[in-house]
Amino acid sequence: MDKKSSKSEKILEAALLLFSKNGFYATTIPDIAKSMGMSVGNIYNYFSSKEKLAKDIIKYSSDILGEEIRKVNEQECSSEEKIRKIVTLYFDMASVKPQHINYFLRVYLANKEVFKDGCEGMLCVSAFVTELMIFFEEGVAKGELRNQDFFSAFGLFMGYLGGFVFLNGEGVLNKNINDYIEDIATNIYNALKQQ
Amino acid sequence: MSQIAKAKIVWLQGLTCNGNSHSFFNYPQMESFDTHFEVLYHPLLLGELTFESLLASHITFDFLILEGALSHDKTILQKFNHSFEDVLDNLSKRAKHIICAGSCASYGGIFRLRDEAKITGALFSGKNKGGYWKEKRNVINIPGCPLHPRWLVDTLFQLIKEEKISVDEYLRPKEIYSYLMHHGCMRNEYFEWKVDSKQFGEKEGCLFYLQGCQGPMTHSTCNKILWNSVSSKTRAGSPCLGCTEFDFPKKALYETHTNMSLPQTPFGISKRAYYSLAGIAKSFKIERLERKLMDEKDN
Repeated sequence: MDKKSSKSEKILEAALLLFSKNGFYATTIPDIAKSMGMSVGNIYNYFSSKEKLAKDIIKYSSDILGEEIRKVNEQECSSEEKIRKIVTLYFDMASVKPQHINYFLRVYLANKEVFKDGCEGMLCVSAFVTELMIFFEEGVAKGELRNQDFFSAFGLFMGYLGGFVFLNGEGVLNKNINDYIEDIATNIYNALKQQ
Repeated sequence: MSQIAKAKIVWLQGLTCNGNSHSFFNYPQMESFDTHFEVLYHPLLLGELTFESLLASHITFDFLILEGALSHDKTILQKFNHSFEDVLDNLSKRAKHIICAGSCASYGGIFRLRDEAKITGALFSGKNKGGYWKEKRNVINIPGCPLHPRWLVDTLFQLIKEEKISVDEYLRPKEIYSYLMHHGCMRNEYFEWKVDSKQFGEKEGCLFYLQGCQGPMTHSTCNKILWNSVSSKTRAGSPCLGCTEFDFPKKALYETHTNMSLPQTPFGISKRAYYSLAGIAKSFKIERLERKLMDEKDN
């Protein structure tokens, strides 16, 4: 990675932390610059606007999550096992780097007006959604998952996980989020499996 | 003026609908063909030889053209009270080249669905090597349901000129079958932007997503060497049925089979590459492509 890319990534990480914690509108470029010890002007050398930065962050997060799911997709194991691995990695991310999931739930989904030009449809979350497409398609092809509309399955899987991470963030769960992995993976598999 | 020595053809049918014969009869330059080739026997033509006289003769010929699926089983296939085995053993030994005209002779085609163990193509049973014969060196497959007459005649001309015919793993001439039906399809812009055709026969939309079109995974020149020199299935608004492939016919030909709404990916394109691009393309609504090509309103 060259020096400019490396610096860009550091800005993305810093902005991701602030956006996911304080929200898109409450976070300013001077806030981000301050958190990094950079000048405001220098941030603009890397990202032309706060909106551009926000769009690049969702792509950045989607790429990271997509890459993790890709590793699961490339393993030789059953769809049931893959569901467990995807739930695990998602909850791991929610525990270790919660900013990625929080950004998706609290910034990307909650401020669609920021993303409407340049992040239409799947444009900025393609890496992550593509891996789930591959997971679902292969599960059906192997006869392990029931053939149905993609979005019915996608909504069930990711809506469930996203909702659970949201509950975790709200502090209402009785147990550690990782203690729910087995139950949630089993529920998802039971809902999606070939009958 | 000395006459050109014509190449001799014997045409033998197995289990067939005659479709490849009829396609061949529609070859538009038949006069030119006639100056270079002589059909000694064809079951639908009055030729120089009858079936019996052909069998009894020792005439050698350049081409044995096989049409239709083949079987060793006498209860399935015989010719005028001769076992098909006897007929084909007799004739194949006298032929310089054996050409499988159409998908049935090549891979078993539609007839193979009746009994995959007993009904096959000449050297293949579907995708698998080993059909009527286990091995034979002088066989070329020209699949299609039917084949295009030019695919057959162009190949015959190449052979009489003793040009080397390069073939793929399914013994199809690469000159013809290295292309995809998708190449030259007039609906490619709709494919790129994932705009579906809503019904057969309309000029607009791609037939891949709803209508079962197999153009992106079917090897043929249907959109390069047009049918009757004017059209093709996809140009006329009907999906490609994949008839040049070893797995023809698939089931539910006019439906796109999907797993969780995801279709089979185009030939040689990974799922990751295809789903990424398709998802991105679908994120946009291109107004021009949603409209009819020719608006009813006059300017």
